[in-house]
Amino acid sequence: MSVCFLTALPTHAQTPQDKPVPILSGSIGTFSFVTAGQNAINTQVNPVLLVPLGDRWLIESRAEFEGEFQRPPGGGPYGGPVDKHVDYAQVDYIANPYLTVTVGRFLTPFGIFNERLYPVWIRSLQPDPLILPIRTASSDGGMFRGGFAVNPRANVNYALYVSATSIGIGSVDSERHVGGRMGFFLPGPRLEAGASWQRTLQDARRNAFGFHMGWQPAKVPLNLRSEFARSFEGSGYWIEGAYRLSQVAFWQKPMRRTEVVARAQQFFVGAIGPDAEADYDLPGVNTREADFGVNYFLRDGMKGIFSYGRQFSPAGNFNQWSFGLAYRFLLPLGRVGTPSGAQ
Amino acid sequence: MSTRLHPKGWLAVMFLTAALVSSLFAGVPGGKKEVSGTPVLQSSSAGDMRVEGERRFHANCGRCHAAPQKFPPRMMATVLRHMRVRATITDEDRRLILIYITQ
Repeated sequence: MSVCFLTALPTHAQTPQDKPVPILSGSIGTFSFVTAGQNAINTQVNPVLLVPLGDRWLIESRAEFEGEFQRPPGGGPYGGPVDKHVDYAQVDYIANPYLTVTVGRFLTPFGIFNERLYPVWIRSLQPDPLILPIRTASSDGGMFRGGFAVNPRANVNYALYVSATSIGIGSVDSERHVGGRMGFFLPGPRLEAGASWQRTLQDARRNAFGFHMGWQPAKVPLNLRSEFARSFEGSGYWIEGAYRLSQVAFWQKPMRRTEVVARAQQFFVGAIGPDAEADYDLPGVNTREADFGVNYFLRDGMKGIFSYGRQFSPAGNFNQWSFGLAYRFLLPLGRVGTPSGAQ
Repeated sequence: MSTRLHPKGWLAVMFLTAALVSSLFAGVPGGKKEVSGTPVLQSSSAGDMRVEGERRFHANCGRCHAAPQKFPPRMMATVLRHMRVRATITDEDRRLILIYITQ
């Protein structure tokens, strides 16, 4: 093992001009959700701290402060709980171009939404996909991951992890699990596909599987993504398309800032019963949902969002509206230069 | 007697496997030699690398989010190290995108 790291290729050495500086980044969002006629105001701050050390190390952490405010029955001012937790706090060691070792609490790489699309300034629709809670609670343990080119036309990426505990979802206790994810990315057609697996190491050893894909055609400002998950808790899929109106011939300035989104999804309950499904924040019955949205990019990192969705299930159909503002901030925690080609 | 592998055992197995695989790739000599992707870029001009960096910027960053504005080089170096881990972009992609976005 030591031989591995002694012989590992060093990564690109940094010059003083591009020596990485610690950063405080993150997102702020405030949204109004009207679900089945009931209004809730969701306000959240998600700071991300990035501390690079030397050429190979990175300490990174993200916390979440999320308030869910509603009017009490019978009227009155908005009020509600503020949830505070650490999504990840991890140390990364970039051993070589093929391997990064991560230790600590990390986002579980099951599918792609949890790791890459979750932040409010990134996601195209603010309501979570129905299958998001499946095997995506943060993991505490170790992980190997990396991405490299297998040839000029294809990259492969992987993640292997073991978790001794989990922060759990709702009242679900800690658990032990192992898992992995492998994906391929074809830079030419900008096509990505992969699969995830996770196995719990509790008394009942259960497997979960997931598949994901993404496609961003170069000639059309379309972003097509999809995920599928199958587990003991339940199964389901979502498919989402986001289209930037930059190719529309009229009103070009506002149009190129506008994105229209549509998502279809379905969830099938597992074998754990409605109460346990609720503990996982999953629907208690088979559910279908369609969402449509519009995002308007006011400036870099800031967008206004609006969406309408309708959920169909034996428990009752209802509408879900959302509108609000999402903002990403990025602050250096040290002296930096100026971008020579800043826009 | 239980035959289940303890989580620490899984960790050891994973670590050893990754170390062995990594060692196979890591045997290539040369500190700054290009190791991932298209070696032809080594002899490319700065302009070519910037063009290639722009192409990879749009291909990689656009997988998740709208292309961000340019930030100072030291900030982008941190962001790209973060993306190297988070989005598992390749080392070569990271370096070319850094060239494009800071020049």
